[in-house]
Amino acid sequence: MTLEVLAVDDSRTMRDMIRLALEPAGFTVHTADDGVHGTEVLSGITPDVIITDINMPRMDGFGFIDAVRDQSSHRATPILVLTTEAAPELKMRARNAGATGWIVKPFDPAKLVKALQMVAG
Amino acid sequence: MTSPDPMAEIRASFFIECEELLEAMQDELQVMDDGADDTETINIVFRAVHSIKGGAGAFGLEPLVRFAHRYETVLDQVRSGHLTVEPDLLKLFFRAADHLSDLVRACRDELDMPDAEGQAILTELNKHVTEDETEADEEIDFQPLGLALDFDLPDLPDLDATPDNSSPQSGFRITFAPEPEMFETGNDAVPILRALCDMGDCKVTCHTEKIPTLVELAPETPYLWWTIDLHTQAHKDEVTSVFEFVEGLCSLTISSLNDGMTTGETLPSLLELETPAPDSELLPITEEPLAPPIVERKVSTPPPTAAKSVVRVDLDRIERLVNLVGELVINQAMLAQSLESSGLSPHSDAMNGLEEFQRLTRDIQDSVMMIRAQPVKSLFQRMSRIVREASAAVGKDVRLITEGETTEVDKTVIERLADPLTHMIRNAVDHGLENTQDRAAAGKPAEGQVRLTAAHRSGRVIIEVSDDGGGIDRPSVMQIAIDKGLIPADSALSESEIDNLLFLPGFSTAGTVSDLSGRGVGMDVVRTSIQSLGGRISISSNRGEGTTFSISLPLTLAVLDGMVVKVADETLVLPLNVVAETLTLSAENLDEIQPGFNVVRVRGGFVPLFDLGLQLGYRERRDSYVDSAALLITQEDGTRAALIVDEIQDQRQVVIKGLDDGFYRAPGIAAATILGDGQIALILDPSDIIAQASTDIMPAPALQKQEA
Repeated sequence: MTLEVLAVDDSRTMRDMIRLALEPAGFTVHTADDGVHGTEVLSGITPDVIITDINMPRMDGFGFIDAVRDQSSHRATPILVLTTEAAPELKMRARNAGATGWIVKPFDPAKLVKALQMVAG
Repeated sequence: MTSPDPMAEIRASFFIECEELLEAMQDELQVMDDGADDTETINIVFRAVHSIKGGAGAFGLEPLVRFAHRYETVLDQVRSGHLTVEPDLLKLFFRAADHLSDLVRACRDELDMPDAEGQAILTELNKHVTEDETEADEEIDFQPLGLALDFDLPDLPDLDATPDNSSPQSGFRITFAPEPEMFETGNDAVPILRALCDMGDCKVTCHTEKIPTLVELAPETPYLWWTIDLHTQAHKDEVTSVFEFVEGLCSLTISSLNDGMTTGETLPSLLELETPAPDSELLPITEEPLAPPIVERKVSTPPPTAAKSVVRVDLDRIERLVNLVGELVINQAMLAQSLESSGLSPHSDAMNGLEEFQRLTRDIQDSVMMIRAQPVKSLFQRMSRIVREASAAVGKDVRLITEGETTEVDKTVIERLADPLTHMIRNAVDHGLENTQDRAAAGKPAEGQVRLTAAHRSGRVIIEVSDDGGGIDRPSVMQIAIDKGLIPADSALSESEIDNLLFLPGFSTAGTVSDLSGRGVGMDVVRTSIQSLGGRISISSNRGEGTTFSISLPLTLAVLDGMVVKVADETLVLPLNVVAETLTLSAENLDEIQPGFNVVRVRGGFVPLFDLGLQLGYRERRDSYVDSAALLITQEDGTRAALIVDEIQDQRQVVIKGLDDGFYRAPGIAAATILGDGQIALILDPSDIIAQASTDIMPAPALQKQEA
């Protein structure tokens, strides 16, 4: 099954890594540079799952999740948060913002794929 | 990991991104230093460090991660308002930023890590981290080498209080009842059940008894719950990890099948255990409430394209293009020459076409040069670091002011300017600026200023380093030069001649040679490197007000607008930009003020006159220069001189072909070129020639080299 993914991260390296991890696994990857850009890209696609960084310029990850959840068509779209820290309070905050799950950076490509399949079915 | 190639590419692009982030960071720290910061300023700095850390982790660059992490922690405290940025802390931030860029470069080039410096900064940074945060940091310390998707939460309590003593062969009984919040976060039961089924032999029982009648059914309330008997080799942690994202968003029990029967909580469900749930039918219902009216609307508008796209090109390819364009220019000149000599009318189609061709070539050339051009900003940022380090080393309070950072210069020039500029900046801080007491005595602000500016001026790039220090102490410079035997004791030198003594090899004015600039690299080396770039350097200084070093460079190293002249049957090229005008010498405007030294009168002023053929050794002195042609040359420092030539042939673009080290470095010769007819011509450095010529008539021969 081809899953369509939107990856939002302000770091080009991270976007490249995500692309590199997912495209060979058959995912279609869209990327955006920050939350604002992410909502723009989202208006043109219907991804099966969204990956977002937290620390970003213009609109951070929490703001972006809010914006996504505000759209009725994306109320249930799985959103994974990329975080460099495994701190429980960060995970709680992400969840309270409406995130589905989290991925700790740096990620292992195979596990990223697994996590995406896990939430996107 | 996939094949090493894409990873290597991403790694390379990571380091490029790092450079960009470090640059942004420097900018914002500077903004903070200028006191013009807002909340976004610290955020940008934080994000830069954060992104570097993130990428570094992916590549297992552990020292970089460790340092970035601690730096980030302190920045985060500023960001969250727990820490205010005092000047001292800002200085530490600058130092940490410098160190971070050192680490990035060390990682990139696989050099040794500057550990000692890093440790010192870490210690300083730690002072700003509150005690408990330090500890918290250690605990959650980021593990760069393990490329792990961290699914388990080691620091969270176990989901189930049951002690995990199940043997690997056994299984688990799981009861799983989603709460509404689980679906609100975009989680779903199906993938979880599927993941469990992937782990082993799985018997899933769906309990439907809570589903009310349709009238009472609340569409978004989850009514279903499940009992799963999982026979698996997997460890309990693995089973638990399936529920990581939904932990706390559902009621969940996981117990070992061996003792599961005794678990009170699961007892009610046992009643239903025997009726196999019609999974396949019911599962869709659970999906119904979670994502009800998603209308599959394929929007026809294409997704917005990524903002600005940039292509990264290997420098070799650009070099090749530049060379090809150079050949094109030569070729075009040859074509022009042969068309002209064929006697075509200037209004013929061929000649008109040629004109168009020339215009296009010029455009192509400009565009190609633009590819190589880069703003001097990165260079200037490196200099701000030099100022910080130098001022700290000599204990002076110095502010670097930069102007014209966006001025674009050929990439090669930027690279090769770094060393001479570093030296000049160090000199300005160390020797140029007075120490704090002297500044106070002179009524100047305690903080010294070093100004670094770049600008385009008449086809050249002018880079200036100036300080507001004490200016050149000319009597003392004179004295040192005499003591060192560089000039005769009875020399009578003008101010600018004295200033130029600084460029003599082995000259050092500092009474005390400091660690900083007294490294045996003198201004003569600086001047040599500038000259090798086709540039010139000059000094102006006012006692008590400061000193300015001015570097003038060609925009590009590849092409030159030249004036082609003939001297004693040799074809030579002079840079057009130094030729102010052409003169015809006559008995009226020519004066011999001493034997062999002529001046020419130009609009009321006298300008020294030199014979190019004589200076280059092509011919003997002539008796009379009346009716000769001369070029009025204006130098960087504003002084003028006229050079006698036999014939002015043409103004045209020439491609500079450098004379490599295999050639004798003849004074006055900058480079060579190939003309349209295939002939090789030398490109002159008029300033050098004039300096040479002036010394021939000056009493102090030792002076000749520094009058560039």
